[in-house]
Amino acid sequence: MKDLGFSISQSRTIDLDKSDLSAYRRVVEKVPSAKLCLMCGACTATCTARNHTDFNFRKVHLLFRRGQFEGLAEELDKCMLCGKCRLVCNRGVNTRAIIYNMRIILENLNYKSIK
Amino acid sequence: MMNYHPFVIPFTVGALFLFGVVFYKFYAWIAALDRKQKFMVKQNIFSFKTIRAIGEIFREALVHHNIYKKNPVLGYMHMSLAFGWFLLIVVGKIKASLYAGTFFEPPWLGIFFNFFAVDGHAFSYGEMLTFTMDFLLLIILSGLALAIIKRVKSSLLGMRKTTKHSRFDRIALSSLWFIFPLRLMAESTTASLHGNGGFLTNSVGHLIPSAIAPYAELPLWWAYSISLFVFFVALPYSRYMHIPTEVVLILLRNWGADTGEQLSGYTDIQLNSCSRCGICIDACQLNFAAGISDVQSVYFVRDARYKTLSDEVVNNCLMCGRCSNECPVGLELTLVRQQFRNKQEIPGKFYYEYTEPVESKAGVDVIYYAGCMTHLTPSIIISMKKIFEAAGVNYWFMDEDKGVCCGRPLRQQGFIQQSKNLVIKNSRIINSARAKLLVTSCPICYKSFREEYNLNLPVMHHTEYIEGLLADGRITLNASNVTVVYHDPCELGRGANIYEQPRNILRNFSLIESDYEKENSLCCGGSLSDAILDLRLQLKIRDHALGELTKDKPEVLVTACPLCKKSFVHGNKARVMDIAEIVAGNLKVIARKKQSVRKEELQLV
Repeated sequence: MKDLGFSISQSRTIDLDKSDLSAYRRVVEKVPSAKLCLMCGACTATCTARNHTDFNFRKVHLLFRRGQFEGLAEELDKCMLCGKCRLVCNRGVNTRAIIYNMRIILENLNYKSIK
Repeated sequence: MMNYHPFVIPFTVGALFLFGVVFYKFYAWIAALDRKQKFMVKQNIFSFKTIRAIGEIFREALVHHNIYKKNPVLGYMHMSLAFGWFLLIVVGKIKASLYAGTFFEPPWLGIFFNFFAVDGHAFSYGEMLTFTMDFLLLIILSGLALAIIKRVKSSLLGMRKTTKHSRFDRIALSSLWFIFPLRLMAESTTASLHGNGGFLTNSVGHLIPSAIAPYAELPLWWAYSISLFVFFVALPYSRYMHIPTEVVLILLRNWGADTGEQLSGYTDIQLNSCSRCGICIDACQLNFAAGISDVQSVYFVRDARYKTLSDEVVNNCLMCGRCSNECPVGLELTLVRQQFRNKQEIPGKFYYEYTEPVESKAGVDVIYYAGCMTHLTPSIIISMKKIFEAAGVNYWFMDEDKGVCCGRPLRQQGFIQQSKNLVIKNSRIINSARAKLLVTSCPICYKSFREEYNLNLPVMHHTEYIEGLLADGRITLNASNVTVVYHDPCELGRGANIYEQPRNILRNFSLIESDYEKENSLCCGGSLSDAILDLRLQLKIRDHALGELTKDKPEVLVTACPLCKKSFVHGNKARVMDIAEIVAGNLKVIARKKQSVRKEELQLV
């Protein structure tokens, strides 16, 4: 069956009081339109990288927002920054800039994408 | 000692300091050129190119021909100051040498000549040289007057905005403004005492009351010397460093130095050659359409030079190339900005390993690569398919199902290593197909294929390709009198110099000219290069461009880039079509299917 990225999630706890939310604040500072995201997934549907992998903008955006950075740098490296997602976004979110800034911030946070 | 007075000391010290610093800087920059640039210098230093460069130095660094073409008043202002001062030094030197009877007179004699040579014009050509010197001084003062007017009210000289200067530039600027009026006053005072002036200094001298003249003479010469000292000391650290640096820039450019990917000595030379005239501010759409006036190339270059660059100044740029096109010094501003965006590479790291290898189709003549953006405007793909079929081309649609990006969007954000990984992947697929031609529908991909890829076949954008098909008679168009206006996409026009091909195609329709076309075309605002610009401002840029393009109410706005099309379509000003669509819609061979074609188009536009 084709994986559509909508499978049932494992149960888990996300303690927002313990997460590092400052990184996302920095992204919002750089790309204010990030706040407009509805998580509708249109970006993911059109994604060039998504065509090859399970890369999912909606997912990385949400994980980053919650401060769950494990494995995120590798995930973000899948993006080719082609910018299709930005054009289909019906809320005018500069999704490409969000990815670009998340990448840079993650490298500063020492979640370097060196294997 | 003859021909000496303590007031020459500030001038002499300043001049020595200036020469020391400028030559040290030149040495450091030339040492920091990269290998390829050094090779080009060695290759071409003893060639005809050097002579051509000297001609250009005369034309641009002294006469300022390029500024003159853009704005005659501004050109005159620069020429009078640069060429006028240069001649003043040269003629002053000749005059001093004739007077002293030797070529090796003290260097200050030419500068402060009138103070020392109080015995009139008792040497060969004395009278004529004095007249020349006064005439040159008058020319310089007229240029200076224009400069002051420009600073106070730039609109009078045809500039909408002029550069905001730093404090250090202001010091240099003020001292420069003082030099020539002080020289005039000092020479005139001496002339009123000794009568050794020309038509200008003698006349001004008559106005000076004879009671004051003896007391004013020395302080004025001191002030003149000190203003020269201040200017000379401030010059290497202010924008006036462009005066000596531009000479080196012109030489290197003529020798074939390339800006390259990484920062080098040539970058420093370009940064220092900027005179901060501010012509790029007026050219920038972020300024006149979106109201942002602090990130333009002039500020970018200044901040880069003083190492105070902020993330916003580097990244808030559409990279449309309008400023590079307008720059009178010919700086490659977009490429230099790109250098500052480039990020460090991580050795041994590979990206995009996940992509499934695409089997290339053997035995085709043409490979068609639509590009990511074209997949968002499927009408272009449908039209291209129609054109290929009508022309009977044996083609393979490379990224129909699982394409990867060409790599240019990554490159523009500075992710060079990632971009190169994509280039390798795509090259492998394209080269193994052993086709005869690669056609792409996206100018971004086109530029990338042309510049970054090493392919075994020629690359064409579909405008070039369609033009070729029409010229060869492989497809023909129905006569049509639809009025169209053509928008040059940045990457295809200024980026790849393709201006005539789309116009040749559009001759088959009734083509309207617009104010902003060819090198002067506007960006649609959708540029991927600006990861900072807010959507609201992006739409302002789009609406301004759309307003200009549809001024004459064309029926169709034709462009050749899926990104431009996508931007303009939502502006709802005119019907927007890609050039492939308008061609496919008017193909003669499928004329009988017209009804169904129309339907399809209406759904897609």
